[in-house]
Amino acid sequence: MAISIALSVMLLLGVEQLRIQARENFTQSISGTDLVVGARTSPIQLVLYAVFRLGDATHNIRWTSFQAVAAHPAVAWAVPLSLGDSHRGHAVVGTTAAYFEHFRYGDRQPLAFSAGQPFADVFDAVIGAEVAAQFGYRLGDRIVLNHGSGGIGLAEHADKPFTVSGILRRTGLAVDRSIHVSLEAIEAIHLDWQGGAPMPGVSIPPEHVRKFDLAPKEITAALIGLKNRAGVFQMQRFVNRYQGEPLLAVLPGVALDDLWSVVGVVERSLLAISALVVAVGLSGLVAVVLAGLSERRRELAILRSVGAGPRVVFLLLAIEGLMVVVAGAALGVLGLMGLGALAAPMVEEHLGVTLSASTLTPEAWRLLLLVMATGFAVSLVPGYRAYRLSLADGLTPRL
Amino acid sequence: MSPSPLAIAVQDLVFQWPARNQAGFRLSIPRFEVERGERVFLQGASGSGKSTLLSLLGGVLRPQPCRLRVLDTDLTALSSSDRDRFRVDHVGFLFQQFNLVPYLSVRENVLLPCRFSRHRRRQALQSASSLQQAADRLLQRLGLDGSLARQPVTALSVGQQQRIAAARALIGHPELIIADEPTSALDADRQGEFLDLLLERCADDRVTLVFVSHDQRLESRFTRSVRLDDLCATTPC
Repeated sequence: MAISIALSVMLLLGVEQLRIQARENFTQSISGTDLVVGARTSPIQLVLYAVFRLGDATHNIRWTSFQAVAAHPAVAWAVPLSLGDSHRGHAVVGTTAAYFEHFRYGDRQPLAFSAGQPFADVFDAVIGAEVAAQFGYRLGDRIVLNHGSGGIGLAEHADKPFTVSGILRRTGLAVDRSIHVSLEAIEAIHLDWQGGAPMPGVSIPPEHVRKFDLAPKEITAALIGLKNRAGVFQMQRFVNRYQGEPLLAVLPGVALDDLWSVVGVVERSLLAISALVVAVGLSGLVAVVLAGLSERRRELAILRSVGAGPRVVFLLLAIEGLMVVVAGAALGVLGLMGLGALAAPMVEEHLGVTLSASTLTPEAWRLLLLVMATGFAVSLVPGYRAYRLSLADGLTPRL
Repeated sequence: MSPSPLAIAVQDLVFQWPARNQAGFRLSIPRFEVERGERVFLQGASGSGKSTLLSLLGGVLRPQPCRLRVLDTDLTALSSSDRDRFRVDHVGFLFQQFNLVPYLSVRENVLLPCRFSRHRRRQALQSASSLQQAADRLLQRLGLDGSLARQPVTALSVGQQQRIAAARALIGHPELIIADEPTSALDADRQGEFLDLLLERCADDRVTLVFVSHDQRLESRFTRSVRLDDLCATTPC
């Protein structure tokens, strides 16, 4: 009986713990970045495509605008992002080497390479762990980018293949599913393109692209780090009032919180489901104790004969139930911690979600107390039944 | 006031169940007295109201207004929790079978009344230095050796279980022992043996014993024999 309660408590607390950690991981998908800058759109949309690589940007921003923002005295670093191309369904990100230096996630962790190094040549690419794992890419492999994103049958930049120069360690973020190339590379593969299609009759072979001016003209978004976080609102105002073109600066934390409130429905339903499992566990406990009660009427009569009043009998059964619940809950917590300790490295490796099950959050404690209180409350049912039985039976149970 | 020589004094006792249903079960005893130190054999067929009478004497059930004095205590005047306390302080009970709490050890079973009654605990400690010693000594006097004390009670024979139950009834020197067919689950040899021990202990400790049984062969061993049918005023009783 305690086992089933232990399992349900484990589930409940596990879901709760995962929920909190998933949320933490989510809101820390991008940490250390003070502002995300892009073309004027809704803040959530900007974060969706700049951070999560979901959806497409409606507008780009001019390289000169980026330079103007990056040159602001409050800015410590600025990483440009140029999106729009893809490789076998995964986003291609044109950026600079500063990306690998300044991008932070989770508890301010930097990106790390599991193999290779940042792109050095125009046709070098750094791929995320998921991309590498999914297609079995290794250093030195040649990959071809598609023009545009999403779907199959996209036009290919087949004439200008890239070489995998680095593979990033798994982060659990969109980074895992991205291919990173230099901004120059983005320019290079589009040299002989116009309006989303190759220019007929024009073909510039890769060995000749370096003769062209590969300085970017447009980018999609930029990540900005400030010298002093306190200046973030001032900087945001500066960007939003930028005269050259309409820009938008977003505090990523705020936008992520907004976004999470949308995702939050799922986590709450998960929690509700595990609460139901606990309810089933507790009603199972009551059912078992109630069923066993008729066999214990003799025992109740013995207790009555040695002076236990019906109230003592009531309390005895209620406390018995409570003890089973407490034992079950304790077992569940221990089990969860054991499981957490065992599974944490694996979960971090595969999901990129950092688990720290060794301590219970205040919220988890509250849930635990709630479970025990409910356990005691439902134990009053067999307690009351025993009370009635011992009143009716007295010393001679009618078996 | 010196204690009256009567351990049990019943007069005009009426018990009806359910309380306001004339068609239900009814027990009516005009007069029933047991002197202190008596060992009474109470005989009655099953369903005759034996168990009800015992519950009334033990203060588990409450009769309609009448005279019901047990050990100079008016049970009709006590609240139910006072009756619970009176019961554990002064009365030891012995049942037919399954007399023990399965999850307690032999010793814990014997000492159960001492848990609920300070009076019994004090009395038990008068002749022994510790409760454990009191329990072990009593078990020994009932022919059980000390090695049983730590065994699970469910592993014991019925005869051994009944002796442990007898030890529980006797611990802390209650003045009255009420036994409800404690020998009916034993074979003839064990019955005699058990009865010898029980009667001996009661005689030693000057305990009043009310022993209910339908087995007439046991009748001769008691100081007095009473037929429940003779006590009752009207049938069915």
